Amino acid sequence: MSYTPIKRPKFSLADRIYIVAIAKGLCRTFKHLVLALTRRSRHREDFNSKGIGLCMPFPEQRWDERLPEYYRGAPTLVRGEDSRERCVSCQLCEFICPARAITVTPGEVDPASPCAKQEKAPKEFTIDMFRCIYCGMCEEVCPEQAIFMSQEYLITLTDRDKGIRDKETLYKLGGVRKGLVNKWNDHK
Amino acid sequence: MQFIIDCWNSVMGDPTWFYLITTIAKLALMFILLLLFVVLSVWIERRIAGWIQDRPGPNRTGIPIHLLQRFGSKEKQPLKKWLEYFGVPANSWIAKLCTWLRLDREIPLFGLIQPMADGAKLFLKQEMTPSYVRKGFFIAAPMFVLGPPLIAAAVLPFSSSVDTCYGAINMCVANLNIGVLWIFAFSGLSVYGLTLAGWASNSKFPFIGGLRATAQLISYEVAMGLSIIPLLMMFSTLNLQEIVQNQAENGWTLVPLWGEGLSLQRWVLLLPMCISFLIFVTSVFAEANRTPFDMAECETDLVGGYHTEYSSMKFASFFMGEYVAMVVGSALVITLFLGGWSIGLGADVCLADWAKAAAITGSDQAATCWQSILGCCAGWIVVLLQFVAFIVKLVAFVFFFVWVRWTLPRFRFDQVMKLSWLVFFEIAVINILLTAAILYFIQ
Ligand code: SF4
Ligand code: SF4
Repeated sequence: MSYTPIKRPKFSLADRIYIVAIAKGLCRTFKHLVLALTRRSRHREDFNSKGIGLCMPFPEQRWDERLPEYYRGAPTLVRGEDSRERCVSCQLCEFICPARAITVTPGEVDPASPCAKQEKAPKEFTIDMFRCIYCGMCEEVCPEQAIFMSQEYLITLTDRDKGIRDKETLYKLGGVRKGLVNKWNDHK
Repeated sequence: MQFIIDCWNSVMGDPTWFYLITTIAKLALMFILLLLFVVLSVWIERRIAGWIQDRPGPNRTGIPIHLLQRFGSKEKQPLKKWLEYFGVPANSWIAKLCTWLRLDREIPLFGLIQPMADGAKLFLKQEMTPSYVRKGFFIAAPMFVLGPPLIAAAVLPFSSSVDTCYGAINMCVANLNIGVLWIFAFSGLSVYGLTLAGWASNSKFPFIGGLRATAQLISYEVAMGLSIIPLLMMFSTLNLQEIVQNQAENGWTLVPLWGEGLSLQRWVLLLPMCISFLIFVTSVFAEANRTPFDMAECETDLVGGYHTEYSSMKFASFFMGEYVAMVVGSALVITLFLGGWSIGLGADVCLADWAKAAAITGSDQAATCWQSILGCCAGWIVVLLQFVAFIVKLVAFVFFFVWVRWTLPRFRFDQVMKLSWLVFFEIAVINILLTAAILYFIQ
């Protein structure tokens, strides 16, 4: 036989009446309730949680230092170490963005500037934070490693206009990335 | 003034008016009580769910203080100002306690008004009626869910009766002699709401949900009805007020520790009563569509069940109807099995005697002022105490409902039907015979 049928366990009458199991379950949940209320929940120290149960009461206590490296916060634009704008405004991110949050207006690079070889750079680059769903597709698709998901997760706006982030803001938030993208060097 | 008192006396002296006025007052009281309890049980549900899952649940909803700023207060942190005003140093324990209670940010209500915030949110949502539904039934369905449990609650006694100078007031809205039947009739009616909602939505998942609800509610109605027959045989009345009165004098159904409850017969009867209790409570769970029997709306296989197509206040009425059913179900369980409003341990009889004695002393010519006041209030005090007992029991049982919900996983539909028809039905029938035998042979 190519397969072995699973042996179903034979339940005794006591098992089939459920009552014992239900009572056990009720005790278990009640224990959790009491432990949560007396602030003695299991693994509480690991989380260093200050609230009831395992909870970190949010604005007072934050998870920040435990954010994993791969955390996908708000997308930002980055500069290279040579402070070159990495984005070449290929608009791939604009096309891939499922929420259509990105708008890129391509522009020309001043021929006199050291990174003239890349020819294009965004004239304008906006990300609409009301639309963005933090999927990270833009980061994935960018051929120039110019757009990265930051760790910023707390985007609380008091003004609607601030939700649409322009180029300056995005560069400011993104900062500088280590590691050279060499393909626009003069020597290449 | 004298004129108003005269008017009042003549109106209340007329039995018809007296009956009308007291009934309307009781009606309002019961209605408010139920709706408050719905709100409270939503809160209990969410808090307990949180605690059981090691989280706090909704504990933040309060009145934010920045609202005060909206209304023109310039001060950003009124707490600091108040502390300064009372001369409390900013680092004393009182200040710390206030900060811990988040008084600097809001007037805390420990999340108690979360259900109201939810209600307001639902109220403000867009009301969607899909174009493909059967309009009339679609609109009628939520009313059918919310209405019947509210009507059924009319026969639930929430306290004993009190003698006033105009006549006795019985503390249940309608003291019907067929109280139990009334409740069954009306709680059975709410199945129409679910079925109609499922059918009128004209969409497959609600339809399956509605069908399941019908099948389940009808089967559990049978088990439920049969399971309390032993109880009715024991009390030999269908009047809920009398049943509770009997329990107050002779021991609760499940706790026969005083009065006639100490007789051999009652103790032997405890066995069928416990069986009844188990079946009845389980059926109440099924009737109220609560986990582990929430087949009609199990979101994993039916999207949202019979109310998938509903939004805004219509959805809210389903939601509320469910909670009203739960509260009424709990009230019925405590009325039948746990003594309803009775305080227990024979205290009710003593209190009633005390009230009677106080009334007699109070009406005496030689009574002091204090005694006559006591004579007037004694009956009301007793009623109030019993009312508090009722509420405490109700809260405890609602807690039990919630506790079970967050403990047990959902049954499969065939298991639910099997449990009703192959297990509960048989056991309930045998239980009736058993009770009859005990009542006949053990005196
Ligand atoms: S961020 Fe990347 S993908 Fe988007 S336009 Fe610039 S280079 Fe292209
Ligand atoms: S994270 Fe996703 S949604 Fe946000 S801008 Fe990038 S591609 Fe668009």
